[in-house]
Amino acid sequence: MAETIKLTVARYRPEEQSEPTFQSYDVPYNKDWVLLDALNHVKNEIDGSLTFRWSCRMGVCGSCGMMVNGVPKLTCAVPLTDYRPSEPVRIEPLQFFPVIRDLVVDITSFLGKLSSVKPWIIRDDVEATEVAEYRQSPAELDDYKQFSMCINCMLCYSACPVVGLESEFAGPAAIALAQRYNLDSRDAGAEERQDVLNEHEGMWGCTFVGECTKVCPKNVDPAGAIQLYKMATAQDWMKSMLLPWGAK
Amino acid sequence: MAEFSCDLLIVGGGGAGLRASIAAAEARPDLDVAVVSKVYPMRSHTVAAEGGAAAVIKPEDTTDAHAYDTVSGADWLCDQDVVEAFVEEAPREMVQLEHWGCPWSREPDGTVAVRPFGGMKVKRTWFAADKTGFHMLHTLFQTSLKYKSVKRYDEWFVTKLLVDDGRCLGVVAIEIATGRIHSIVAKAVILCTGGCGKIFPFTTNANIKNGDGMALAYRAGAPLKDMEFVQYHPTGLPQTGILITEAARAEGGWLVNKDGYRYLQDYDLGTPEPKPVLRSMELGPRDRLSQAFVKELERGRTLEGPYGAYVNLDIRQIGEQVIDKRLPFVRELCLKYANIDPVHELIPVRPVVHYMMGGVHTDINGATPIAGLYAAGEVACVSLNGANRLGSNSLTECLVFGARAGRVAAEYAARAEPAGGAVSAQVRDEERRLRDLLESNGTERIAGLRAEMQAAMEESAGIYRTGAGLKQGTETMGRLRQHARNLKLDDRSATFNTELVSALELEYMLELAEVILRSALERTESRGAHQRSDFPERNDERYLSHSLAYREADGAARIAYLPVTITRWPPGARVYGR
Repeated sequence: MAETIKLTVARYRPEEQSEPTFQSYDVPYNKDWVLLDALNHVKNEIDGSLTFRWSCRMGVCGSCGMMVNGVPKLTCAVPLTDYRPSEPVRIEPLQFFPVIRDLVVDITSFLGKLSSVKPWIIRDDVEATEVAEYRQSPAELDDYKQFSMCINCMLCYSACPVVGLESEFAGPAAIALAQRYNLDSRDAGAEERQDVLNEHEGMWGCTFVGECTKVCPKNVDPAGAIQLYKMATAQDWMKSMLLPWGAK
Repeated sequence: MAEFSCDLLIVGGGGAGLRASIAAAEARPDLDVAVVSKVYPMRSHTVAAEGGAAAVIKPEDTTDAHAYDTVSGADWLCDQDVVEAFVEEAPREMVQLEHWGCPWSREPDGTVAVRPFGGMKVKRTWFAADKTGFHMLHTLFQTSLKYKSVKRYDEWFVTKLLVDDGRCLGVVAIEIATGRIHSIVAKAVILCTGGCGKIFPFTTNANIKNGDGMALAYRAGAPLKDMEFVQYHPTGLPQTGILITEAARAEGGWLVNKDGYRYLQDYDLGTPEPKPVLRSMELGPRDRLSQAFVKELERGRTLEGPYGAYVNLDIRQIGEQVIDKRLPFVRELCLKYANIDPVHELIPVRPVVHYMMGGVHTDINGATPIAGLYAAGEVACVSLNGANRLGSNSLTECLVFGARAGRVAAEYAARAEPAGGAVSAQVRDEERRLRDLLESNGTERIAGLRAEMQAAMEESAGIYRTGAGLKQGTETMGRLRQHARNLKLDDRSATFNTELVSALELEYMLELAEVILRSALERTESRGAHQRSDFPERNDERYLSHSLAYREADGAARIAYLPVTITRWPPGARVYGR
């Protein structure tokens, strides 16, 4: 018989259970598969009731984040061969989110955090589209490009110790998104966003551990974004102390 | 069952749907606009588009040139009034997206950069490295958040259009998280649900691309137009079908056969040059390149791998620096999903189902023949793409025709009478149908039927087709539709039941598979992406017409024809490489 690997998957059916349980499935240890393929093998061939989100299977839609052996992973971007067939792979829903069913979490709060940072271009002098594009040099593009690569997979929230303690914390992806617009040469909304972020105390709980940056599948570096934000806030605070009459 | 209502309901939250929602909100801030989508909008498949979006922006380019490339690329099956409107409005839409923050790649002087693309005679494809769709979708989604009059129903799956007396009055949908069935009554509905690549086994399309909106409209009585035209993109990774963007060739990549020979020169596509030449060789149109692959296969000049025949895409000559700057996603995808570094190695590729030229029949504003029902984006057939879409026209199409449909549907909704109670019986029937399906206790597994459907479609409706093969395909589809009435669901839960959603998607796809086969069977000519080995010539006398598939009472498709609109470019030969 061909080699197999055991997936131990968290199951939660709210109509039947008050607590999640684990269920094991043996699947082929196909060396061309990503972890998501193995889950789809279960869904298609073994148990159609196993529930998870997925769509693009190429690491760009951000749907299929899960905890794999305790680490947040984008399951379509993880080769099955990253795991040894001798040990079961434990698959759970992303932590620090409410679970709806099996591996599906409720992301409503995340969506709210994203919108709260006003992730759109803010400027007074909006030009008509008949005129022309706003000029932006390649160097100006590079200033924010990295922070525009976030696919909203939310792995960074599951990795973040502060999110775990303080659910109101805007969190790594939302702060990186705020910085994506703050650093865009076409935007003048940094102050408005600063006010929004200042309402969240959680920021200062961030311990520079950088777990968010470590798990990011797209190298966005949310920890770097949070650092930038803190420096900007600290500068504002210094200015307000030194120039207490409102000059900035 | 609860009833929700709004003035204008948009089904689908990808590029076209979000653009439509913003256009509607700006045109008529007094209206309640809603977007209902089976996934969170930023998961929509627009996210996976890579290479770019076409619009005339540089002084050396003209809208006439863009129009001619589009018309000839389409093998003259597009409507030229639609093409003219498209090329005119494209630059404004693209600048609008730039003003909303889309991170377009730039020239040193700060203007947007453009790259060559297949079938385009001038460089006019805007790009954000090779993640153009991703950046466009996120820009649209983030911008849409500032419009407070737009409400969202995320992860609701639409199962039926409510139509009474020839007018669309809303939808029935399942709230996936809870399993509750709701009606959303609306004065106007715009379908923006994308294509149906998942009908085929080997596709670049995401799991969610099941033709939902096409099937909904078809069942509601709207005709589906030009469904026989299925685009195979010439370069997908063999195992997964992951797209390797045309931009890889635009930046200087070569297609080579097993002998390292640039075989496109043997198929009337020009002579090989070291640097890319517009409308030539690797920058020919997708239909011709995919057809050349099949011919190479027949000549025994392709390679054979564990996942079938393939040729190689060689981008090594582009160099690491340019690859990392302009094609970083290609490198990432090759490394992650094919274990290949294209900076040093050849990329194995083969043609892969990518895009539906056909869709719900609409006029130039996205209006369907059903009053109050509109469609835009891949779900629609506004007749921009004809028999073969040019790469980088579809992202722009989402913007131009999403915006048009949004504005026109908003005006219609503002004038229309409220829906009233005419649909409550339909809603009750639909609720009963869905409950029955959830409790169905048959023997057929969804995955098995889906795989059979996909295999039959590749067999019958692939790059080259025959009458006999298409007939056999329709017979298989008839049998599979019977079997699909006898489904076995493992999942009886109301909470986030993805198996129930998959069952409904399978029904949609089986319906559309039959339409594709019937439309292809009736068109006894070869044009663009529809190649009949038994009728190898284009026949303008008979078939310079769009096919329209109507659903008969017994579920069968009836095919009618509608003449193509010609304005300035009479039918001619498609010439590439010379």
